[in-house]
Amino acid sequence: MVELQHNRAGTANDLSFLGDRAAWVRRCVVDLAAVAGSGHIGPSLSCTDILVSLYYGYMNIDPKNPGKIDRDRFILSKGHACSALYPILADLGYFAYDVLNDFTQLHSILGDHPNMLKVPGIDFSSGSLGHGLAIGIGMAEAGRFRKTNERVVVMLGDGELNEGQIWEAAGYASARNLGSLLAIVDKNHVQVDGNTKDVLNFEPIDKKFRAFGWHVEEVNGHEFTELLAALGRFDARRTSTDASPTVIIADTVSGKGIPFIEGMAEWHIGFLAGTDYERAIEGINLVHKG
Amino acid sequence: MTKTQGKTVRDFRPLADLKDGRSFDMAGRDSGESALVSGSVLADLAREDERIVLGTADLQFATQMVQFRFEFPERLLQFGISERNMLGAAAGLASSGYIPYVCTFACFAGVLGFENIKTDMAYPQMPVRVLATHAGISMGFFATSHHATEDIGALRTVANLMILSPSDGPSYEAMLRATKDHPGPIYFRLGRGREPRIYESAQVAPTPGASTLVRKGGNKILIVATGAMVYPAIKAAEQLGDDVSVFDVHTIKPFDPSTIVEAVGTDTKILVVEEHNVEGGLGSIVREGLFDNCVHVPVYKHGLMDEFAIIGPPAHLYQYYGLDAAGIATIADRLASASGLPRPSSLWTKQDRDRVSGEVAANRKVRAKVTWAGRQSA
Repeated sequence: MVELQHNRAGTANDLSFLGDRAAWVRRCVVDLAAVAGSGHIGPSLSCTDILVSLYYGYMNIDPKNPGKIDRDRFILSKGHACSALYPILADLGYFAYDVLNDFTQLHSILGDHPNMLKVPGIDFSSGSLGHGLAIGIGMAEAGRFRKTNERVVVMLGDGELNEGQIWEAAGYASARNLGSLLAIVDKNHVQVDGNTKDVLNFEPIDKKFRAFGWHVEEVNGHEFTELLAALGRFDARRTSTDASPTVIIADTVSGKGIPFIEGMAEWHIGFLAGTDYERAIEGINLVHKG
Repeated sequence: MTKTQGKTVRDFRPLADLKDGRSFDMAGRDSGESALVSGSVLADLAREDERIVLGTADLQFATQMVQFRFEFPERLLQFGISERNMLGAAAGLASSGYIPYVCTFACFAGVLGFENIKTDMAYPQMPVRVLATHAGISMGFFATSHHATEDIGALRTVANLMILSPSDGPSYEAMLRATKDHPGPIYFRLGRGREPRIYESAQVAPTPGASTLVRKGGNKILIVATGAMVYPAIKAAEQLGDDVSVFDVHTIKPFDPSTIVEAVGTDTKILVVEEHNVEGGLGSIVREGLFDNCVHVPVYKHGLMDEFAIIGPPAHLYQYYGLDAAGIATIADRLASASGLPRPSSLWTKQDRDRVSGEVAANRKVRAKVTWAGRQSA
């Protein structure tokens, strides 16, 4: 049994605060894999900075009132990245940190895909890829019906774009001017069987969304300034009644922060023991030092 | 690592620079799935039959289809994460004279893909083979999205479809070989590939037909199981002694109850064990089959009791739901001493589940003790 410790150091500077949170979440991802004996390390680390930007710097949510009717909604359509989301939800107070100790264990509320009936703060269950954007459409239509028009954010994987239902939803969302709908593609360039360009090349992703009538933003998914600026531009345009939906294509690196697994499809799921665990934490701390 | 034609999975999956032998990536994790023999068996068949082509939906490693790719890379089609597209394309291939074997997890193949199986394969009688791995609750903590406890119930209503559920590697191989020229679609319901061997070899393993008596004892209790449940059922029978026999229902549709009917005596009770919802699953099929033959003995259905499974490591889930050897033995023993047909859930109760939960918690090996630091300020 190993003893693991996290260093936390919040600062006055927002960007360095986000960097601090991202480093902490990344360490938690590696630790959750240690608790479970395996975990979706690569695809959780690729979207960590996006999740941190959303939850600490953007979304209108209230952990003390998780059912608030006009809260922003978030759907982790690539549900296998939940080990980057659970620590954030604990950190924000949706549930106790200790719950993380039971990740994947018998009776735990925290499976390796999220369950909305069990995990406070999860707006919709996921795990079967391709479903999230349609769920987001329903939530955005609901916001329009009741005139609350909250933001609905759906995070997709780039491999997930292979699923046909994504494009059914993409067509509907633009035809119905669902301006409050924001898709974020965590474009980490890998899927289970290999590099996305080798498995089933879906480029150009930006042109596909444009052809479906979406407004497209392209950012570096590990740069908070770029992510927050794109989120700001989404806000600026979404309120107009004829606004099309927006997609942020976030260019990311699978396994970001752990140099020896970065970009490797083999690390969709894995386990880091002993020295490798220590090297991973070291790598994560280094990435966020500057 | 499995080798074929001098190649290994590592030829496709680079190894990270790791320093600790206990660390593993996906290729390392998948290497224990030896009962998923389709990749190598189909490569063997494909040498003689050019009509055989394969399809995968971004799971060629987890399902071991990659074994085929070593030899016939151009005949393994990679569909990415688009299961329904793969099922439809398979029907198109079949309509053009090919015999496609398309493989993904059962939750996607049989549940997500249900309508494509019905409309694209069964209705036009296309000879497609859907290889549905990791059925039941074998994906454990991947949770309900990745469990398939509805596929038998849904698919048994589809006309023209054959449903096979081999219990180990040799019987899977025997079924693949025996059905190569079957003129209609087949749904293979498979485990995660770690099922222990029951049959010595494919040569002596069953082919589609009536259920196989895999453990011959008396007929006081007949345990009827399918797929990954057959092995623990045999182990349970061994614990219980000579009064218990075990049947392997490898062919779910069309279901031929004749061997079970023959084994039934006047005082027989039947325990059906399945990694599936008891509503519409194997238990329902066995009850109907016996009733249709005017055999009226108690048939107790054991499985998921019209519920979604909780999450946990697979071994713990099997214990919790009474689907391991110890649980099956307990239920069979209680059935033997019960009067008439016990009520649903009465032979494996909440108390039994709570007892297992307590044991699992007490024996839990804590791999890592983590101090999750609190949030300071936003």
